[in-house]
Amino acid sequence: MKELIELLAKALVDHPEKVSVNQIAGEKAVILELRVDPEDMGKVIGKQGRIAKAIRTVAKAAAAREGKRAVVEIIQ
Amino acid sequence: MREIESSGRTVEEAIEAALKELGAKREEVEVQILEEGNRGFLGLLGSRLARVRVVLPDSPADHVRSFLREILSAMGVSAELEIRHREGYIFCTIHGRDLGILIGRRGETLDALQYLVNLAVNKLIRDRIKIVLDVEGYRRKREQALIRLAKRLSEKVKSTGNRVILEPMTPHERRIIHTALQNDQQIYTFSEGEEPYRKVVISLRR
Repeated sequence: MKELIELLAKALVDHPEKVSVNQIAGEKAVILELRVDPEDMGKVIGKQGRIAKAIRTVAKAAAAREGKRAVVEIIQ
Repeated sequence: MREIESSGRTVEEAIEAALKELGAKREEVEVQILEEGNRGFLGLLGSRLARVRVVLPDSPADHVRSFLREILSAMGVSAELEIRHREGYIFCTIHGRDLGILIGRRGETLDALQYLVNLAVNKLIRDRIKIVLDVEGYRRKREQALIRLAKRLSEKVKSTGNRVILEPMTPHERRIIHTALQNDQQIYTFSEGEEPYRKVVISLRR
């Protein structure tokens, strides 16, 4: 899961080297904390959160395979 | 990206040789001349070969393939990609077993992936391109289902006189509904609301 979010975020931002993902695995949910360069916030959020929503949708699908819920938090 | 150096009696010949080796066309590559070459005196004395470096950048289709391969493998999905390129568009169909996970409810996962691959690939290339993703015929089936839905609801509108508001859809799906009913003289359709919650309304023509 961590790798997936990293790949997606790195493909979207201008500073891929500043992308980091912290994965916190729970019993039923996986929390993924995504950090990017402040300049890149818009690149992972998008207008009206459209990009963030797409990332969450893909994460949700991948987590569902493992019977889990994915929570992607974009951290300021 | 692939890059080779080649030589020939003239710059043109050196480029030709490189293109042949790369299997590329002249307009696809960037050429750097390393050495002009010199025929020498009567082609004998002091002749020097021309040398060039020819760079073939990754095509948009290459970018689509490598991005999706990485993403699918990170999602734990094994699948084959079929990619077709047509002026301004890349159509990519994903083949494999148990790909329902890539489609999601009403195609929402597929639409999300398509949106992300469009952003990621267009970031890497000069001329904008539109990428259309499909999973093994899903979009065609969905299109047929939407057309059936449109016809059924238009009959309901005609018999009750009440307008029908559909659920929110993507622009592409709304266009399918509009197109399916555009020749129906008794009906007219329009969209209302803001993206991404825009909905088609089917109404009686007055």
